[in-house]
Formats: sequence, structure tokens, C-alpha cells
Amino acid sequence: MTETRDEIGLEAGGGVRKKFMFVNRKAPYGTIYALEGLEVVLISAAFDQDVSLAFLDDGVYQLVKGQQTKGLEVKNFSPTYRALEGYDVEKLYVEREALEARGIREDQLLVPVQVVSAREMGQLMEQQDVIIGF
Amino acid sequence: MLHIVNKSPYERNSLASCLGHAQKGGAVLLTEDAVYGATRGNLVEGAIRKALEELPVYALGPDLEARGMQANVIEGVQVVDFGGFVDLVAEHRTSQSWL
Repeated sequence: MTETRDEIGLEAGGGVRKKFMFVNRKAPYGTIYALEGLEVVLISAAFDQDVSLAFLDDGVYQLVKGQQTKGLEVKNFSPTYRALEGYDVEKLYVEREALEARGIREDQLLVPVQVVSAREMGQLMEQQDVIIGF
Repeated sequence: MLHIVNKSPYERNSLASCLGHAQKGGAVLLTEDAVYGATRGNLVEGAIRKALEELPVYALGPDLEARGMQANVIEGVQVVDFGGFVDLVAEHRTSQSWL
């Protein structure tokens, strides 16, 4: 039993904690990627993993304040980003170049984030055990 | 001709290609992720302003609102609702979707 647990990387009394990064590169609503990504983030957080989220390219649009989806009759999932803190998902990295290209300021974002350069984002990616892109 | 674009200008070249082909007398309607192209202070604004000199540009209001972009629309871009979308299609002899 012990050997089997070792083989799959589990220690007695708890699972392995890996560094997971979810890379968000799509705008919300136009495709299902942003919503699906958010669902997977919540699932992985429930498994007590070291989760961080990266927002680059059109992914930065996911975090823009003031989303009102009544007219489209779809679920407004933007409040969920505010709830991530409650799941101990507190590492949100947003790429500066992506914000600037789109004319988005940091104060327009829904949640506190760490704004990083593309270079720094690349370095953060290198530090991960698992990277999942949406 | 009504040109309808629904893709983000940062992810696809649909908007750029559309603007490169649209003729005077036509109109451009931005929907879904293309509404980001109707906003100020970014890499695409110049292309939309140039297009506005030649033809009307519309953006779908519910798509702007869903994305939190309703307060950031370029002056001169006209915001329409779903009824306005239907009117635009009816007013033009042909429509073309730049998917």
C-alpha cells in the first residue's frame, strides 16, 4: 500500500502539492474558454494545489469591471473572480503589455492583481509543475 | 453592404480585413468579441477612426455591456440594440459576416 502511494507520488496524511498555473488568453462571452477555465481553477483549488492564474492577450478582458450580461441573457461570471480569494487562489498575474495594447488600466480591474511584464510572465511559467491553457 | 464582424481584433484579422474591403456606402457592425474594436485608447482605435471617415460603424450594445465596455466607446461609433441589428440587416441589400 505504502509503495503504491509512493509510486503515484502521494505521502501519508496528504496529497502532493504542485504548482498549477492556468493561462487565460481569451475574452469572456465570445467563447466558452474563460468560463470553463474558471470552473477548472475552482476544482483544482478544492484539491489543495498551489494555484496561480495568468492573464495575457485577450484574457485580460476577463477581469474588467462593470460587466452586465442582462441584455445577452448569459451568466455574468465576473463576480467569481472576486470569490477566488476564499478558495486560497490569490496569485493573479496580469501582463502589462496586454493591458497597454488594449488601453485597460489596472484600476479598471475587478480584483487586486500583480501586473508583470511579458518577460516576468514567462519566468513565472517556467516555475510551474503544471500549466493549463484556456 | 452591411459588414458584420464578431471576432476580437487582437485574436483574428477579421476586422482589419473587413475594413480593408468595405466600400463607401456600406456599414460595419461590430458584435460579440469584435466590440472591443469599438473602444478607445488601444491599438485598434486609429483604424476605426479612419473607417468612420468613410462609412458608419455600429456596435451591439448588449455585447458592449456584457464586457464592461459600454462607457468606453469611440465617439462616432453608434450603439444599437438587437432591434437595431435587425434594422441594419433590413436596410442593406446584402450582409457579409467576417467570421
